[in-house]
Amino acid sequence: MTVLGTRLRDAVREHRFAVTAELSPPRGADPEAIRAGARALHDWVDAANVTDNQGAMVRLSSLAGCVLALDEDVEPVMQLQCRDRNRLALQSDLLGAGALGIPNVLLLTGDHQRFGDHPDARGVFDLDSVQLLWTARTMRDHGTLLSGKPLKTRPSWLIGGVENPFAPPLAFRAERLGKKVAAGAEFVQTQYVFDVARFAEWMRASRELGLTARCAILAGVGPIPSLRALERMQQIPGIVIAPAVEKRLRGVPADRVLAESITICVEIITELRAIPDLAGVHVMAFGAERLVPEIAERAGLGRRAHAKVNERVG
Amino acid sequence: MPKTPGISLPFALLLQPLLRPNRLWYRLAVWLEATPWAYRLFTAVERRVKGGLFGCRMCAQCTLPSTAYACPMSCPKELRNGPCGGVGANGDCEVYPGIRCVWLVAYERAAGAGRAADLRRLQRPIDQRRWGQSSWVNYWQHRDDGLWSADTSFAAAPPIDRPFDSAQGRR
Repeated sequence: MTVLGTRLRDAVREHRFAVTAELSPPRGADPEAIRAGARALHDWVDAANVTDNQGAMVRLSSLAGCVLALDEDVEPVMQLQCRDRNRLALQSDLLGAGALGIPNVLLLTGDHQRFGDHPDARGVFDLDSVQLLWTARTMRDHGTLLSGKPLKTRPSWLIGGVENPFAPPLAFRAERLGKKVAAGAEFVQTQYVFDVARFAEWMRASRELGLTARCAILAGVGPIPSLRALERMQQIPGIVIAPAVEKRLRGVPADRVLAESITICVEIITELRAIPDLAGVHVMAFGAERLVPEIAERAGLGRRAHAKVNERVG
Repeated sequence: MPKTPGISLPFALLLQPLLRPNRLWYRLAVWLEATPWAYRLFTAVERRVKGGLFGCRMCAQCTLPSTAYACPMSCPKELRNGPCGGVGANGDCEVYPGIRCVWLVAYERAAGAGRAADLRRLQRPIDQRRWGQSSWVNYWQHRDDGLWSADTSFAAAPPIDRPFDSAQGRR
């Protein structure tokens, strides 16, 4: 039985194949949208990432979304990015997450504001992702802020980051993971994997640097619901969709694209599970959380055995 | 905007020892800070030289010796610890298509000179109060000590708060 608050941590420590998924907050103040997504994921994930103004588009805040997820007995991973906050705001949100019992944080630089719905905004970028990971670990393990000032109560979150094994310079991507691990990342989730051979190569390089023993790597996967979504994803910096995948999606009737992409996603998860030291998968379904159970079930990932809500620890 | 440096890494490394902190440079730095007109002139020259060669924006805490002399402050996200995940498959910056990612340039220069391990160092956050100051004057007075970690083995890093104190330092 897994207990809310330690599900992801336990899965990673006990080398169970972990499953996380993305939970996208709505553009609006409706709590039901995020609750419904959380309920769809509940039986199938160890934890759910609540995204933080993903794609530089304004959404309900990650912190609020995490509280709603907790309320639905889904363990949240609070995403926090450096584009929208300076070092004071980042640290205070991290402390807030600690106080509200949010057990996992995922720290990243963030997409450039140019790609979002407020391209006229000022990007902050006071810290970068490595510095934010380093700050969080210093707060938790040394009990001090970036300023050196002591914290009265230390937070206890599991600290995560992201990596993209598919963006140049490819030879540096395992080393960049190394910097994040040295800074404090205990788990990372990757960009969408459509090229399993390249991903395995990056895993091998990371293993040779001794990183897979220190940091749980979860491979990013997900369906492509339509050809329009395919074209949109091809425009997103950092996502590389293998030509073979595109060919398969374009080779079926329009009403079969989603089903075909789920089949591809399941095949990729199956191939990924053969890679040594892979700790799990992270399913990104862009607001279509309802697709996650089918993918998890067909990929043989199994339901999660969660303890009942009244057994939860804070 | 990402800037490919105007001088090669071997040439930059050849010049590097000339600018290393020593007693002479230290005394010059102290004099410059005590002499406003000279500081302004010196800073203008530094801006001109480093701006042209490296796209320097005068953050005043120069990391060039640890990044193969490609300036990370020319990255639109001012990333000091390596490239973001949005670098195009062709090596272009995601924000400025047609311009090469400065971190890709840094990696290729470093790897070409057998110094790729330089990029493994962890870079601490900059002091945002220093924009517009002379980085050389700060460097010669050891205000940049501890700006990046010495370790290149990915061992767990020491705490991030800077282990030093100085006249215009962090604490």
